[in-house]
Amino acid sequence: MLYTNYERQVEQHLRGAFDVAWNSPLAWLQAEAAARAAGRTARAIAMRDTDQDLRSLLVVRSASAIRALEDLRGKTIGVGAGDSPQATLIPLQHLAERGLEAGRDFRVQRFDVLVGKHGDHVGGERDAARALMAGEVDAACMIDGNHLVFTNEGTLPRGATRVLDATALYDHCNFTVLDGAPERAVARLQELLLGMRYEDPAVRPLLDLEGLKAWRPARTSGYALLERACARTGELASFVQRVTRARRS
Amino acid sequence: MNDARGGERAIDLEALDLDRGAALLLRAALLPLAPGEKLYVRGSAPALAHHLRAWARAEGHGFAELASRAGDERSAAPPAVAVLTRGTAPDARWAGAERAGGASPAQAVAEAPARWGLAARGAAVEAGSPEIRFALSRRDELWTDDAPELYRQAAAAQWDPERAIPWHAPRTHPDLVEEALVQVLTYLIENETAALLVPVRFCAQIHPQFREIQQLLAIQAADEARHIEVFSRRARAARTELGLSTSGGQASLKTLLDEPDFALASFLLSVLGEGSFVHLLGFLHVHAPDETTRVLMHLVAQDEVRHVAFGMSHLERHVRHDPTLLARLRLAVERRHEALRHTAGLNAEVFDALVILAAGELSPLAIERGYAAVSGLVEQMDAGRRARLRRLGFDERDAAALSGLHTRNFM
Ligand SMILES: [Fe+2]
Ligand SMILES: [Fe+2]
Repeated sequence: MLYTNYERQVEQHLRGAFDVAWNSPLAWLQAEAAARAAGRTARAIAMRDTDQDLRSLLVVRSASAIRALEDLRGKTIGVGAGDSPQATLIPLQHLAERGLEAGRDFRVQRFDVLVGKHGDHVGGERDAARALMAGEVDAACMIDGNHLVFTNEGTLPRGATRVLDATALYDHCNFTVLDGAPERAVARLQELLLGMRYEDPAVRPLLDLEGLKAWRPARTSGYALLERACARTGELASFVQRVTRARRS
Repeated sequence: MNDARGGERAIDLEALDLDRGAALLLRAALLPLAPGEKLYVRGSAPALAHHLRAWARAEGHGFAELASRAGDERSAAPPAVAVLTRGTAPDARWAGAERAGGASPAQAVAEAPARWGLAARGAAVEAGSPEIRFALSRRDELWTDDAPELYRQAAAAQWDPERAIPWHAPRTHPDLVEEALVQVLTYLIENETAALLVPVRFCAQIHPQFREIQQLLAIQAADEARHIEVFSRRARAARTELGLSTSGGQASLKTLLDEPDFALASFLLSVLGEGSFVHLLGFLHVHAPDETTRVLMHLVAQDEVRHVAFGMSHLERHVRHDPTLLARLRLAVERRHEALRHTAGLNAEVFDALVILAAGELSPLAIERGYAAVSGLVEQMDAGRRARLRRLGFDERDAAALSGLHTRNFM
């Protein structure tokens, strides 16, 4: 089943519309929190090798006078979609933990592309990068890999940007199941995923398409930074409230 | 650029970052390592560590950033930024790769599989590449060992119509001879068009394993395109209108286009049709009313000789590997004869035009001479067809019978 936004997917997951969800990191936290509120448990069963150990970068123009985080005071930072973990939530949390509060210490300019997709669309990050080069923002947030992509494709001219700071490492998407899912089918799915070999020409195009070389057993240790971001903004609590209210009605 | 320190491999990227091609050096340095072995990466590019992490993650290599950024005091080398652990993906992609035959023509395989697709003969083909079906994928139905040499000759013999033909040579012949020539050229153009379309169609069906055959058919098509051009240009030299195209002539050519079998089509087109045309072009060379026509007929005939040589060469080989082919060739001639039984074949206007070209004028004496020349041409064509049929393996009687059944349209 394909949902147009993660909120609806998580909601339907809790209602039992399906057994396994491919969740963004935010959707994973939402599923976990909503499940807990309902006295249930969520579990991550697999993730891509490329979902592990990501970093977001705060990028400025090379010639910029911004040399340290403190220099960001009073400046404008370009971020991705409002619900993008990598381009918005995590970088803003990173800054908050260093004493820089969005709205109070610096302005935030959002580049919202497809809200509800949790930043899956790279467009928001690219728009922020373009705005950086156009001088519309003083810094922009993006995943480490996208900084390389944007430089290689020319969105960011080579040598025109400088990495001001980097967040801690974090993880990205996972396959999520809730308690009560058919155990044998879930185990079989996990076995099949982990058994997909890049050597196998039948599955290699699928792996290439999804941008991975191998599936890994999921870990949930890589979501702490995002969890703190959600706790600070009250994002999860309000989501749980919405879902609970929807279920009662 | 690589150095080993205490058994550890290291690479110094200097100021090069991954947005300027450093991946190429990294791949080259990682390739000889065994999966699990480490590569220390030095470099001074400011964002190198961030880019390395992203690159390694995407490529399936392990990555660890090195905390100490202090350089080696005794050398100018920048400090190691990170250590990569070689993953298995680079080899995994090529684990099931297969060679698409050998590089040399002698190594073309007996049957080329669809899974090799468009790969060059001799290339290593990644497993799981898309299957591309080519109707002509068996060596014995199209190959000739002469193909590389025939192609070499064809490529060397290409001529530039602009420079090779004296377009401005004087024309002193009477109008009626010019009119006859334009009629013959009109007929030649439609025959050349058929001779262009047939190889083009089969060229698209040939497995790239047999690239020399593709090349030959492609250059043959280019020859025919040039023939169409020079005949058209000469036809319009003094006239604004071309001659007649008859239903009988087109019916004959349509049977060539309709033949779906490569061996049968090239037998009908090259061995019988183009073979006959070589004589016709020789006749037009001798009886050309001007230098322009004389030269261009000669050049076109030279090309046609090669087309016939290729048809003969692969059919002779084909018959050696499959003697039952002779019976199918015979059937093809008989079938075509049957299909054309009620058509006129060569139109009377073309025949008369050939007579006038050989006569040069309309006096009875000249026409008698011209008629005799055209009769001689028809006999030459028949003798040539019989000789080629004999070479393919038909006996004297069959060769004579089949030559007699060949289309009256010549092609
Ligand atoms: Fe021709
Ligand atoms: Fe030809």
